[in-house]
Amino acid sequence: MTSTIHDIGYRHYDGQRLGRAYVLRSLFTHNLRAAYGLGRPAKAKVMPFLLFAAMLLPAVGSVAALALTKEPRALIRYSAYAVYLQPLIAIFLATQAPVVASRELRFHVVPLYFSRPVGRFDYVLAKFGALATALFILLATPVTLLYAGALATREPKKPTLGGPPPPKLPSVGQHTAHYLEGLAGCVLFALVLAALGLVIAAFTPRRGFGVAGVIAVYLVSFTVVGIVQGIAESQSRYALEGWAGAFTPFYLVDGVQVRLLGAQAATPQPPPTPYGGPVFLAICLALIVAAVGILYARFRKAGVS
Amino acid sequence: MPIIATQGLTMRFPGVTALDALTVQVEPGVVGLVGANGAGKSTLIKILLGLLPPTGGAAAVLGLDIAGDGGRIREQVGYMPEHECLPPDMPATEFVVHMARMSGLPATAARERAADTLRHVGLYEERYRPIGGYSTGMRQRVKLAQALVHDPKLVFLDEPTNGLDPAGRDEMLALIRRIGTEFGISVLVTSHLLGELERICDHVVIIDGGRLLRSQAVASFTEASGVLVVEVDEGAEKLGVRLTQAGARVRPEGRFLLVDIAGERTFDAIRDGVAELDLCLIRMEQRRHHIEEVFAAGGPEL
Repeated sequence: MTSTIHDIGYRHYDGQRLGRAYVLRSLFTHNLRAAYGLGRPAKAKVMPFLLFAAMLLPAVGSVAALALTKEPRALIRYSAYAVYLQPLIAIFLATQAPVVASRELRFHVVPLYFSRPVGRFDYVLAKFGALATALFILLATPVTLLYAGALATREPKKPTLGGPPPPKLPSVGQHTAHYLEGLAGCVLFALVLAALGLVIAAFTPRRGFGVAGVIAVYLVSFTVVGIVQGIAESQSRYALEGWAGAFTPFYLVDGVQVRLLGAQAATPQPPPTPYGGPVFLAICLALIVAAVGILYARFRKAGVS
Repeated sequence: MPIIATQGLTMRFPGVTALDALTVQVEPGVVGLVGANGAGKSTLIKILLGLLPPTGGAAAVLGLDIAGDGGRIREQVGYMPEHECLPPDMPATEFVVHMARMSGLPATAARERAADTLRHVGLYEERYRPIGGYSTGMRQRVKLAQALVHDPKLVFLDEPTNGLDPAGRDEMLALIRRIGTEFGISVLVTSHLLGELERICDHVVIIDGGRLLRSQAVASFTEASGVLVVEVDEGAEKLGVRLTQAGARVRPEGRFLLVDIAGERTFDAIRDGVAELDLCLIRMEQRRHHIEEVFAAGGPEL
C-alpha cells in the first residue's frame, strides 16, 4: 500500500464557537501583549522593555541601600514611587497608548472587529483594561520588588560595638499594610493614566502626533500646576495650592493616596481635608468614565468607514 | 432560502442618497454586485453587516433580520473590505489567528484554521513576516483569509481585485470561484468591472445610483447570440463576398467576419467557401453576449 500526501481540500469548521467572555478575554490579551510589543517585531519591544527596566533600577538601588545600611528611610515609599518616577511613566504612556488606541484606527482595522461578533463596548473595554493593566505591571513590579527587599532585610541581631543603636525597621505587618495601600494607588494611577493616554491617542491617528500629544499634555499640566502652586505657596494660600494638584494626573492620584489611603505626601501640597480626598477620587472616576464614553463614540464612528 | 433579501432598502446621507428603495433577492452561489464607483455597493454591504443602520426599508441575510439579529448574522458571515485594513507590524499568521479568535474560535482551532486558510489563499512561507512588507497581491490574500478563517456561510468581498495586476486579478477571480464552488461558501462580490464578474458569477445584480438596474442569472445574460465569428488566415474579404453571394448576411469586424446564423446552411456555406477558396480557417464559433453589451444597451428594462 502506498501512501501519498495529497491536498485534502477545503474543510469546514464544525467545532466550538465561544461566546462574548472568550472574545473579550482574547481581545484584552491581544492588546496587553501589543502594549509590551509581544508578537511584534523586535523594534516594538525596545521601548516598553527599556522603560520597564529603567523603572526597576531605583527600586533595586533602594533595596541594596536598605540591605547595606539597615536604615528604613533608604527604602523608597511604595506610594511615592510612581510620583518620583513620573517622567518615565509618562514616556511609557506616550509611546504605548498609541499602540493600543490609534494603530487600529490608522490602519482601518476596526471594521474587521465590528463585522464580527465583537461588541463595540467590549472592544473599548478590552483596550482600556489592557493599557491600564500594562501600566499596573509597570508600576507594581518595582513596588513589589521594594516590598520583597524590605521583607528580606531584617534588623541586625546586635548593635555594632560602640556605635549608636540601629534604627528600628518597620514590622512585616506594617510593610504589608503599606504595600497594599501602594498597590491600590498603582491601580488608580494605571486607570487614570490609561484614560488620559487612550483618549489623546485615539484622536491622533498618526503615532508620532499621539506620542507628542500625550507628552505635551503631561508636561504642560505639570508645569502649569507647578507654577500655580508656587505662586499660591508664596502667598501662603495652601488650600488653593492643594486644589491645583487636581490638574495634573500624578498629583491628582497622589492626593487620593494621601487623603484616602493614608500615604505620606510625595507632592508639594495634598488637597485640603476633609473634602480634598473624596473630590480628587471623584475627579479620577469621572475621568475614567468620560474616557470610556469618548472612546466608545470614537471607535463606533471608525467602525463604519 | 435566499441568502440576501432586501425590501425597499434606503440609505440617505446628508446630501446623498446612497441606496434608493432597493428591493432585491439573491440565492446561494457566487453573486456579483456591479455598479460604478459611488453606486452604493459598499454602503449596501455595510448595511447588511449591521455596521450602518439603514434610514428605511428592511433586509435579511441568511434569513436573519439585520435590525434584530445583527449579532447572529455577524457570526456567520465574513467581510473583506475594499480599503486597506491590515496592521503592518503583525505577521499574517498572527493576524489571521487573532481574527479567528475574534469570531469565537478557541486558540488551537484558530491556529489550525488560520494555517489552512492562508494555504488555501496561496500564502506560504511569507506568512511569518510582518504584513508591512507584502505586495498588494499578498495583502489582498491576507484580507481574503481573514474573511474566511472562521468558515462563514457567506462572504462579502468588496472590490477584491482592486489594485491587482492582470495576472493577480485572474488568480483572485479563480480563487473566488473556488470559494463558491469547492468551499461551498456563498459569495457576494462587488466590482465596477462587469467583464470580470461575468467569468465567475452565477448571478449578477447591477445597481446604479442606489437603484436596482438588473438582477439576473449570468447564463441568461450571456446566452448564444445567433452570430458566428469566423476567422481565416488570409482572404477574409473574398470569403465575405462569396458568403454574401450564397445569401448569408455578413459584416466584417476587424480580422473577423460576423455571419448571422440562418440554420445549418450557414455552417455549410462557410465550410464550402473556405474549402473552395483554399483558405486557412482558424476559428468558427458562436458568439456569446457579454453582460457589458447588455449594460451598454442598458436602460432599466427588467
